[in-house]
Amino acid sequence: MTNNDVMVRVEGLRKSYGTVEAVRGVSLDVHRGQVVVVIGPSGCGKSTFLRCVNLLETPSAGTLQVGDRTIDFNAAHTMPRGRDLARFRARIGMVFQQFDLFPHMTALGNVMSGPMIVKKMREQEAEAIARNLLAKVGLTDFTARFPRELSGGQQQRVAIARAMAMEPELMLFDEVTSALDPELVGEVLDVMKELALEGTTMIVVTHEMAFARDVADHVVVMDAGQVVEQGPATEVLLQPKNARTVSFLARFHSTIGDRKS
Amino acid sequence: MAYKWDFGLVLSYANFWLKGLGVTLAYSVGTVLGGLIIGVVLGMLLLSRRKWVTLPIHFYVELFRCTPLLVQIVWFYYALPIVLSVELPAWLAAGLGLTLYMGAFATEIFRGGIISIDKGQWQASRALGMTNGEMMRHIILPQAIKRMVPPFVNQSIIQLKNTSLLYVVAVPDLMYTGSIVVSDTFRPLEVYTSVAAMYFAILYPLTLWAKRMEAKVDQ
Ligand SMILES: Nc1ncnc2c1ncn2[C@@H]1O[C@H](COP(=O)(O)OP(=O)(O)OP(=O)(O)O)[C@@H](O)[C@H]1O
Ligand SMILES: [Mg+2]
Repeated sequence: MTNNDVMVRVEGLRKSYGTVEAVRGVSLDVHRGQVVVVIGPSGCGKSTFLRCVNLLETPSAGTLQVGDRTIDFNAAHTMPRGRDLARFRARIGMVFQQFDLFPHMTALGNVMSGPMIVKKMREQEAEAIARNLLAKVGLTDFTARFPRELSGGQQQRVAIARAMAMEPELMLFDEVTSALDPELVGEVLDVMKELALEGTTMIVVTHEMAFARDVADHVVVMDAGQVVEQGPATEVLLQPKNARTVSFLARFHSTIGDRKS
Repeated sequence: MAYKWDFGLVLSYANFWLKGLGVTLAYSVGTVLGGLIIGVVLGMLLLSRRKWVTLPIHFYVELFRCTPLLVQIVWFYYALPIVLSVELPAWLAAGLGLTLYMGAFATEIFRGGIISIDKGQWQASRALGMTNGEMMRHIILPQAIKRMVPPFVNQSIIQLKNTSLLYVVAVPDLMYTGSIVVSDTFRPLEVYTSVAAMYFAILYPLTLWAKRMEAKVDQ
C-alpha cells in the first residue's frame, strides 16, 4: 500500500496521568477503509489510546497523523487549540460505552446536532441527513423519542448515527457494547459490521472476540500501555505468538473457536 | 390581664407601609438581579483552569458566605466609606453589601449547575467537533440552567428575608417602617405582627411555587 492510503499513523505515542503512564509508546498505522480492533486486559490503556487519537486527551509524547494533519507532541506545542482543535475532532467520529446522547434532544435532534451546531448546516438539510442515518440504523419509527425513552441498544445506534452525521474520515468505538444487556449487543454490532462493509475506517476497542474475528482486518493487542502483538485478525486471534496474548485470549477461546454460521 | 388588640391604628399608616413594602421589594429584586449577573460571570470564570482567575473568585465567595450578612451590611456602611474615602449613602452601601452577598451564592449555584452535568456530555460534544462556546450554549447550559433554577429561587427567597437587615442602617424598608410606626403608636405587638404577616404573605406563595418547580425539574 502507498503512503496515501494511511489514514492514521501513530508513532511512539505516550500519555501519563501524573505518575501513572497509561500509554507507553504505541505505534500503529491504520489504512483507509481498514477496521482495526484493539483488545487487551482492563486498564491496559485502550481507552486512553483511543482518546488520544481524537485529542480528547493530550498525548505527552509521540506523533499523530490523521489524514493530512500531523501533530508532533515532542516538539514545542503543535497541539491544536480552540477552533483548530474542534475542526480536527470534527473529522473523527467517536462512540462511547455509555452512549452519552444529549438528553434534552430527540433522537433526530441528537443526530442533527453535529451538522447544525458544528457545520452550521441548514435545518432541512441536516434533518434529511439525520433521517437517512436513523433509517440506516433501523430507527425510522423512533426519531421523535428522547434518549430516556429508548433502550440501550437503540440509544447506542442513535449515538453511532450522530457520529456518522459528521461524515467522519475515521470512526472510533470504545467498548460500545459493554454497557448493554446481552440481547441488545447484536443489533449494535450489526450496525458496525455494515459500516465496516461500506469501507468506513474504524478503530474499535472491544471484548467481542467474535466481532474481531469476523470484521477486523488488523488486531492490536495491548498490555500495560504497550502493543504486545499485532497483525491480521486470524493470525493474532488463532495463532498468537506472544505469551501475554495467549493468556489474555484463553478467557475467550470458546467464542473465537466458535465458527460463524 | 387580657391584652386588647387594636390594628386600627396600625392600618391607618397604609401609605407608609406601602412605601416600606416597595423598598423591600425593590431591594430584593435589585440585589437578586445584581447577584445573578455576578453569579453568571464569576461562575463561568470559575471553570477556568488558571489559578490566578479562580483563586480570587473563591476567596470572594467564601468571604461572603462565611461572614454574617449583618456584619457585611454594617461594614459596608461604616467601613467602606473610610477605606475608599468617599461618602456612600446608606441605601447604596447596604445595597452593595446585599448584592455581593447574593452574588457569592449565585456564583456557587451557577458553577454547581454546570459541573453537575455528566462528563459524558462534555466529551460527546467535543468529539463531535464543538468549540467550547458551542458546547456551552447548545449542550451544557440548556441542561444546567434547569438545575440552577430551584436553588436560585430558594436563595432569592432567603434574600428577600435578608433585606430586613437593612433596618440597622436606617433604610426605610418594611422592617424599618415598622419601627417608625411603633415609635409613633406605641403598639409594637400589632405592628410587628403585621410586619411578619406581610413578609409571610409574600414569601409563602413564592415558597410553594419554588417547591412545585423543584418537583418538576426532578422528574
Ligand atoms: N483521567 C485519568 N486520570 C488518572 N488515571 C487515569 C485516567 N484515565 C485512565 N487512567 C489510568 O490509565 C490506565 C489506563 O486506563 P484506560 O481507561 O485507558 O484502560 P482501558 O484499557 O480502557 O481499560 P478498560 O478495559 O477497563 O476500559 C489505568 O491504570 C487508569 O487507571
Ligand atoms: Mg476503556
